[in-house]
Amino acid sequence: MIPMEHYLIVSSVMFFVGIFGFITRKNLLAVLISIELILNSVEINFSVFNRYLYPEHLEGMFFSLFGIAISAAETAVAIAIIINIYRIRENIDIRHIDKMKN
Amino acid sequence: MIDYSNFMILQQEAGLMLVFLILLVYDIFGTEASMRWFRLIACGLFGIHTIGGFFSGAAGVAFGGMFISSTMTVFMKNLLNVATLLVLMQAGEWLRTPKLRIREGEFYIITLATLLGMYLMISAGNFMLLYIGIEIASLPVAFLAAYNKYEEHPAEAGAKYILMTALSSGIMMFGLSYLYGAMGTMYFDDLGQQLMIDPMTILGFVFFFAGLAFKISIVPFHLWTADVYEGAPTPVTAYLSVVSKGAACFVLLFTLYHVFGAMEQVWYPMLWGLSVITIMIGNLFALRQKDMKRFFTFSSISQAGYILLGVMPGTAQGMTATVYFILIYLFSNLAVFGVITALENRTQRTDIAAYNGLYKTNPVWAFVMMIAVFSLAGIPPFAGFFSKFFIFASIAERGEYLLVFIALINTVVSLYYYLLIIKAMFIREPDESLREAWSTDQYNKTSLLICGIGILVIGFLSGIYEHIGSLSAGLFT
Repeated sequence: MIPMEHYLIVSSVMFFVGIFGFITRKNLLAVLISIELILNSVEINFSVFNRYLYPEHLEGMFFSLFGIAISAAETAVAIAIIINIYRIRENIDIRHIDKMKN
Repeated sequence: MIDYSNFMILQQEAGLMLVFLILLVYDIFGTEASMRWFRLIACGLFGIHTIGGFFSGAAGVAFGGMFISSTMTVFMKNLLNVATLLVLMQAGEWLRTPKLRIREGEFYIITLATLLGMYLMISAGNFMLLYIGIEIASLPVAFLAAYNKYEEHPAEAGAKYILMTALSSGIMMFGLSYLYGAMGTMYFDDLGQQLMIDPMTILGFVFFFAGLAFKISIVPFHLWTADVYEGAPTPVTAYLSVVSKGAACFVLLFTLYHVFGAMEQVWYPMLWGLSVITIMIGNLFALRQKDMKRFFTFSSISQAGYILLGVMPGTAQGMTATVYFILIYLFSNLAVFGVITALENRTQRTDIAAYNGLYKTNPVWAFVMMIAVFSLAGIPPFAGFFSKFFIFASIAERGEYLLVFIALINTVVSLYYYLLIIKAMFIREPDESLREAWSTDQYNKTSLLICGIGILVIGFLSGIYEHIGSLSAGLFT
């Protein structure tokens, strides 16, 4: 059986790659993908903790199921808004989203 | 077998769902002629729900500890109801502009949906329900921020809001996953009893707190606030700065006191530092703003710092002072945004220069703005003075005199920039284009009247503070 720590290393790397991508990517869709990485790393964490440490209850599994559903909803909303920006500006580069601050 | 009596505890949620469904069906099947009455029916039904909330005494625990209702949560929900009702009344005139008229119903329905999420956040007894509540409360707000979708600023505000809220909930969930790994449960009661201070729970707590700090816009996590508040339509900004922020502060109170109570030595110094920099950065950035919405964004950030001060002591008095502060902040801030909305509907301007000479052209609105701003600054006869006083009293009780001193100095700094608005309204001469008197519709007038009465009267009704005090004392025994 694969030790639990290996899963945790993978999920931590995914989480911080997601944070890094969120800060550095220049395309709104790439930023959205980075957020998906973060959310998926959390779901790995919950499933692994549940399976290895507390197999008698399914609380962690339920949390990841709800998390998957909610992150799908989040993506739908975000993509709708990104499409709207594309219609107005004809690009989704984050460097052009700076019309405020007077 | 489900015990159906559990559903009696969800009275307020059920009432809100009913209003929501009636409005949804009306919006779908209503003819163009009958939509004329939509606003009256929406405000009326929600007003009945708000009044009903004050008679709801549902206290208890439902679904095996998943959902907790106490007299305090009922009171907090009533506060949010009042604030939402005021926002709905202020939004109506803007929603009837020709471009938005066809989508008028959506605004009310989406707002009520987010309010339901806030109910769940406040009543949550399990981190899963808390997470679901936070998502219900924040996803639809992105639609509200981008409501005016053909214009650039709202679209930008919506994009920034949805990305930041997704990031913050990701960070929060990461913290929760480690908390789950350490403790093996997500129920508030079990966590509160078993929590120990070890590296894993501290990691979980810090990430959870960071996620929540995004919602309250505490300083290192406040960077999204200015752009979203400026770009979003003004009633939505009012909703974000009062209702969303208030609900997140209530959640902070419950989680810190009941779940992380054993970790007080971890979060006490953390809140100490965060509240100081939040108040200071909020004040310093507010000094140089030229746009009213951006100005009140930073003002609301520094007010969030005062709220943190109230959360910090971890006593019943601190909780009372915090809830009382939010009650007064609600009336003061909504009065400000009511006037901003009314002026924006007439002139399409939100810069401070548009307020030059407001006293000469519209003395009533200048007066409302003046008492609201004085209340936010904490000048004695108005309610804001009493709320700040109780916050300072609760931290002085813990012996934090240095903190009281810093906060007082910052109150003086904030007085300076609040007085800039007073100066513009009372001393400067109005521009040529702004010379005629203007007015707003009956709904907005009523909401401003309620806010004005709240600001002038609540400070002198000591019964309200004592009532909140008895509610929070009930949670600490």
